[in-house]
This record gives sequence, structure tokens and C-alpha cells, in this order.
Amino acid sequence: MALSNVLEAPAAGFNFENSSSVPENNLYVRVNEIHQRSVVFSSFFFPSPVFYPLLQDGVVLGADTRATSSEVVADKMCSKIHYMAPNIYCCGAGTAADTEKTTDLVASNLTIFSLNSGRKPRVVMAVNILQDLLYRYRGQIGASLILGGVDCTGSHLYTVGPYGSVDKKPYLAMGSGNLAAMGIMEDGFRPDLELDQAKQLVRSAIQAGILNDLGSGHNIDLCVITDRGVDYIRPYQESQYKDHRTNKYRFRQGTTPVLTDTVVPLELEVVEEKVQQMETS
Amino acid sequence: MEKVCDAQIKGVSTGTTILAATFDGGVVIGSDSRASIGGEYVSSKTINKVIQVHDRVFCCMSGSLADAQAVTKAAKFHLALHSVQMETPPLVIAAATILKDLCYRNKEELQAGFITAGWDQKRGAQVYVVSLGGMLVSQPVTIGGSGSTYIYGYVDAKYKPDMSREECLQFAINALALAMGRDNVSGGVANLAVITESGVEHVVVPGNKLPTFHDD
Repeated sequence: MALSNVLEAPAAGFNFENSSSVPENNLYVRVNEIHQRSVVFSSFFFPSPVFYPLLQDGVVLGADTRATSSEVVADKMCSKIHYMAPNIYCCGAGTAADTEKTTDLVASNLTIFSLNSGRKPRVVMAVNILQDLLYRYRGQIGASLILGGVDCTGSHLYTVGPYGSVDKKPYLAMGSGNLAAMGIMEDGFRPDLELDQAKQLVRSAIQAGILNDLGSGHNIDLCVITDRGVDYIRPYQESQYKDHRTNKYRFRQGTTPVLTDTVVPLELEVVEEKVQQMETS
Repeated sequence: MEKVCDAQIKGVSTGTTILAATFDGGVVIGSDSRASIGGEYVSSKTINKVIQVHDRVFCCMSGSLADAQAVTKAAKFHLALHSVQMETPPLVIAAATILKDLCYRNKEELQAGFITAGWDQKRGAQVYVVSLGGMLVSQPVTIGGSGSTYIYGYVDAKYKPDMSREECLQFAINALALAMGRDNVSGGVANLAVITESGVEHVVVPGNKLPTFHDD
């Protein structure tokens, strides 16, 4: 227990502290949350396709780079492929803050585990920790994750849903664009893909999501994990639609004229003076 | 992606067909392999619903996938601990009772039902069903999940106690095929496990190799 989880060890058995037993209440609370998310600009929601086929000796993870806050694009270049361990990366769709923090938390845990045990973490370990965490929070943590990595038992690809369901597959797609991406995947996936074919397939699938899903857009990031190492390609493909700002938006000093200048010195009265000798020996 | 209604399951659900049947010398347990969201989208075509909780004890899950996976994980742990403490393989009823306890004590928050089947030294081949609220009942043959409603007639008519292994396996495959043919949230492949004193055999029947009937 101490090796694998440095958070407070969860109590044995089921812990339903985070849920209310009355289903109507839950629905009400959920509606409120969604509303708040759209009002508070800094918490953005990025539904997007993230997609990964399994190679013979590696995994290719891909994601788009759009983060939205309702209809507004909050971040055109966000990074959805998160580091979990040197050999494990995680793509997150859903609420941006939730995916960031959850993956960060597990990444820290895995690092401490590695230091304590002297072993590299296995993908299935990260999956189990995430499943336990997300299940405990009953879907309130809106993180749909895809974990891919290579460990001593081979290359693996798992998906963890926001309610805590886990699935292991050779290829996966999650996020709002997953229907579009899955179509490309189903058509193009073969069990014996070469690395370049896999990268092309992932690119095409994310492209399908970018074109057909409003929640996805901009660049495509790729992350290739093999037993030899990790190749994080950001961006793998850039957006065709780039900003061409015609004006300069920096204003030189003095652009706004100063009409009056008043200096009011603050009168300060010394009420108490204390001198404390510092130990310098 | 998910529509939340009172009767529906939040997140991924295993709207499913599960069954188990005893035969002479063992038990067959099986399920389909479809996981859906909101009854509209198939989120996984090949999810594994037949989980081995111990060497000779399997259980099939239905209901919310997250809840069912969490419960079987906990049950696996408790059963393993119990077996180590008792220094003997667990009884099938022990596994079923562990699942029942978890489902009953947390019935407000959980939406998961199970069929437990296995073989033990004391009572041989057994099948237990743990329903949503935590009822535990032993039956020679049982079906569960949303697809089971379509095959009650078939099971009642065709099941005989003390069938041979091959007959029972064919019966189970036929039942699953019929249910998957009528229920929209059941489908994919038929995952079965045949448990006897001597061991466990996994049988997987892909969708295109399932038996066809008059209208197929």
C-alpha cells in the first residue's frame, strides 16, 4: 500500500461520500455545474478526439489542440497528451482542469512509486489507480482518459471513463470527435501496422474529428511510445487556418497623453520601533 | 454524449445478456460483449463481462460497467484473502455472498447485477444470481440482463438438467445468439467459460459464427 499510493490510503471497501443517494438532487447539481463552467472563463472544457492504435512494439497517441469554453475557443494550442511516466503517456478529453490534475496526481504517485520500489511503473498500475480515483468520485471528475505505454510486459492501450469503467483495446478514440475518429479507425486499423502507417492512421482519424466536430480543431499532436523511448511530436500537423494579424497591437509609450500629474506624499507616523539583533556567528 | 434519465445508467452500461447453466459435471457461464452509452452508442464491441474471480469461480456482470468492474475488483480481493486464510479454494457460495454483500450494503449507490457460477469440492457445479438490490438465489440455470427477456421461453423450453457438456454449451450459445438478435444493447461476440473440476475452458464465438435461425 505505502509503495503504490502516497495519497492518504483510501479506506477499505466502498466510499460513497462524494455522492448523494437521491438521484434528483444529483441531476440538479449537475445542471448547476455545467452552467458555472461556462461562466467561469478560466475553467474550460475540451471535448475532442484522442486516438491511439497499438503497434507491434509500441503505441501511437494522438490529439487535437483545441480547448473550448462553450462556443468560444479558449486555447488554440493546448496540450492534451500528458506525461505520466517516462514510458506512459495519457490523453485526456473532458473537463480540462480535471484531466490535467488527475494525470498530474497519478504521475506524481508513479514517480514516488518508482523511487520507492526501484521499478518502472506498469501501464496497468496507472490504469488501476485512475479507475479507483474516478470511481470514488462517481463521475463528478469529468475525465475521459486514454493511457498508452510500453512496459516490461509489452505495449498496452487502455481507456478509463469518467465513471471509472476501464477497457483495453488495440485502438481507441475518446472525446466529442470520437465518432468521426472511430470511423477512420475501424476502416484503417490492421493488427500488423508499421509505425509510419500507424502515425498516418492516427493523423487521419484526428483530422476527421477536427473537420467534423466543432469541439476539435487546430493542430494535431502525436506521441509515439516504443521500448526504445518516446517521440513527442508537437505539432505533427499544423492547422491550415493561421492567424494573419494585419495590425501591430503594441502601443509605444506616450500614445495616451498625460493631462495632469498630482503627487500626494503619505504622512507616516512612527508608532513603535523594535530592533532585533541578527545572529551572525 | 450521455443522456441522464431516471431509469438509465449513467456512463457506460452493459445493457447485456448473461446466462449460466449447470450440466453433468460442470457449469457453463456466458455473456455477449457489447457496452453502450445511453442505449444509443456502442462504446465497446468486445468488452469482457465474464470475469474470473477465482480459479474455479466466474461471474458475469450487468448494469453500469463502472459499478460492476469496481464490485468485481473488490470481490476478487476479498475472495483471494478468504481463500488464503482458509487455506482452501473458496466455495462458490462464498463468492456469491461477497458480491451480494457489496450489492446489498451499497444498494442506494450501485447499479450492478451479477451471475456467479463455478465449481467447488463440497457442492460441485453451482449457479447463483445476485440481483440489483442484493438478493441472492441459487438456480440450476439463470439468465440476466436486458436481453434475457427475449429468451425466457427458449430457456424454459430447452433446458434440461444433467445435459452433456456439448449439449449445454450449444444451448448457451443458442440462447445468447437469440437474445443478441432481438436486443439492441446486446451484441458482439459470445464469451463463454466452461468450468469443471479439471479446469476452465474459454469459448469465444465471433458474431458471424453464431448460429442463425429462420429469419437470419
